Amino acid sequence: MGINTNRTKLDTGNNACAEAVKLAAPDIIAAYPITPQTSVSEKLASYVDEGVLHARYIPVESEHSAISAVAAASAAGARTFTATSSQGILYMNEILHYTAGGRLPVVLVNVNRAINAPWCLYVDHQDSASQRDTGWLQLYAGDNQEIHDYVLLAYRTAEEAMIPTMVCYDGFLLSHSMLPYEPIEEEIARKYLPDRDPDWCLHPAYGRKTFAQVTPAFEYSEFRKRLAQESALALDVIKDRGAELDALTGHNVCSHVKPYRNEDADYLIVSMGSMGVEAEMSADILRNQGIKAGSLRVRTFRPFPAETFVELIPEGTSVIVLDRNYAYGTGGGIILQELKEALYGRKVSVRIAGTSIGVGGMELPAQHMADTVKDVILSAWNDKI
Amino acid sequence: MAGIKEWSDYELSLPGNAACGGCPSTMALRTVGKALGENAVMIMTPSCAVASIGLLPKSAYDIPTLNICFAGAGVSASAVVNAFEIAHEKGRFEGEVPTVFNWTGDGGTYDIGLQSLSAAAERNDNILHFCYNNEAYSNTGIQRSGATMQFAQTTTTPGGKPNPKKNLAQIMLEHRVPYVATASIADLQDLYRKVEKAKAIQGFKYIEIHAPCFTAWKFAAADTVEIARLAVKSGAWLLWEANEDVITFQGATKQIAEGKKEPEALEEYLSAQGRFNKLLKSPDREENLAQLKADLARELALIKHRAAFKG
Ligand SMILES: Cc1ncc(C[n+]2csc(CCOP(=O)(O)OP(=O)(O)O)c2C)c(N)n1
Ligand SMILES: [Mg+2]
Repeated sequence: MGINTNRTKLDTGNNACAEAVKLAAPDIIAAYPITPQTSVSEKLASYVDEGVLHARYIPVESEHSAISAVAAASAAGARTFTATSSQGILYMNEILHYTAGGRLPVVLVNVNRAINAPWCLYVDHQDSASQRDTGWLQLYAGDNQEIHDYVLLAYRTAEEAMIPTMVCYDGFLLSHSMLPYEPIEEEIARKYLPDRDPDWCLHPAYGRKTFAQVTPAFEYSEFRKRLAQESALALDVIKDRGAELDALTGHNVCSHVKPYRNEDADYLIVSMGSMGVEAEMSADILRNQGIKAGSLRVRTFRPFPAETFVELIPEGTSVIVLDRNYAYGTGGGIILQELKEALYGRKVSVRIAGTSIGVGGMELPAQHMADTVKDVILSAWNDKI
Repeated sequence: MAGIKEWSDYELSLPGNAACGGCPSTMALRTVGKALGENAVMIMTPSCAVASIGLLPKSAYDIPTLNICFAGAGVSASAVVNAFEIAHEKGRFEGEVPTVFNWTGDGGTYDIGLQSLSAAAERNDNILHFCYNNEAYSNTGIQRSGATMQFAQTTTTPGGKPNPKKNLAQIMLEHRVPYVATASIADLQDLYRKVEKAKAIQGFKYIEIHAPCFTAWKFAAADTVEIARLAVKSGAWLLWEANEDVITFQGATKQIAEGKKEPEALEEYLSAQGRFNKLLKSPDREENLAQLKADLARELALIKHRAAFKG
């Protein structure tokens, strides 16, 4: 959040998101209300109504229909947008898989919220993190500037990689919090993201093709293999297009991982979303107590930036992963699993432990996170700190 | 209206498709293709009609076709037509916006697809939804659907279906859309005329086509059209059309509705099929037949009332 210019605005995450979607000039928007996403789609509906956004807003009757709408419209050549949270993204699951399998460059914003049962309105990452294996790319913003910029990055990435891309950010903590951000200028946005120019679409002008018919095992397995390979390669697309966006905006918010005081750290805190911003303050607190801590915040979650972590985590360091979710049956969270997998066989003297905190919107002040980090260090390794 | 000799040579469904020989839904689709012409796009949900495409890289349908998931026909067609309309507005394409239509079974219409279809109708999106009604989930091995007649045996109602079917065409009509029609493979000229008419109407159009499936209903393939005719003559299937709320009847239904003719014996229609064997041999046969007839009479009375109603 180092940005403070005369163009800086104070606004909520949801408004920063809607402003970015307007800049991306989608043709088709379809969404279904759910807290805390709702005001994103309401704002877009009013942009369309006022004529400041030349798009069609389809007020669908469910999230299954919202994602079906954007998938079908994307196959019809449109640039599309949908937003959801929690139960909504779970309800979309079938079509999330379809969209990725169909290589449809849909952009979806998920405002993170805990999932039922029992009902809970506040943030955790179970909703989108549990969609990890749908084939979608997933970016997690830590503040309102990142929300705004990642929406454009998501479109560029999705349309280049032909893989649908999700931008996720924390419900209420960001969606409803006024934070400073600098809107991207329209000219820059148009330059960065020109109109979509599909190689093929359903329109008869592109010939008479059948999309997603029954496919024999050999071709099917080839399609899926390509999705797997190309979604791993999409790391480079995200990186390069992120660098391009940063160069145009001067915002410097695009990278797979956001490091903080990591270079001489003995202990590195890994987390994702707005808690990762707080984790930097926790690192400061720990350093004041004589513990050399730093922070690595996950911005790109899918594909998982394994090589970046290999580079950022030197031999001899200890990693504490704070997950705002659970990987049920493993004793830890999803990022803990991912990171262990990333470092396995690559480091001989790196220790990793972690815990799940902040689930269901439990508050995570920096002091509490610093204490949790110390608890993990003691219980996992019994270090003298 | 074009006479059958003036119908176009365009074949939407190509020879060599993977449908059963004599498949009634393929027969109907061929007619629909001719009536809609070549500037059209088809959306499909899982069904026999999808299996009939054959395996990639071959496709039996000579039309841009989107296979979407089972619950999503209504909204997908809405999205595609909106995408085309806005692309034409923005100057990305020239000429007429293609007709966007769904080709879905009764499962994709009455059951899993109903919510999204109902919403598309309520929004009055500019699409044409076809339901080819074979009164079962044929593709997955003949299970019951919301369109299966009461007492019909299916693999999930082996003793006969306990409940009557939904009156979906009338439910769609009560969405206050500009065009709703029923049709049958018994009268392809009537179907052709209805499709031509619907094509010219802006907004949501629904056409349901009765398509007796010999595999599911257990009769000889060669009797397909005859069975479809018997359904209309016996009043088991009604042919009507609602255009801007003006309801008219066609074929044998018209004569029955106007009281010029009695419906032919329902027993003849039922006994021509294997799926009513248990009903016909049941000790409750007379009682159950009477109930079926009463239900069919009720359906006719209801649509006649609706036709007379000027709100
Ligand atoms: C979500 C989902 N559930 C179940 C299925 C399995 N399925 C495929 S086709 C079908 C039945 C289709 O019935 P209908 O729409 O009447 O078409 P028909 O097979 O009779 O032509 C079912 C249940 C599926 N593809 N997707
Ligand atoms: Mg069926």
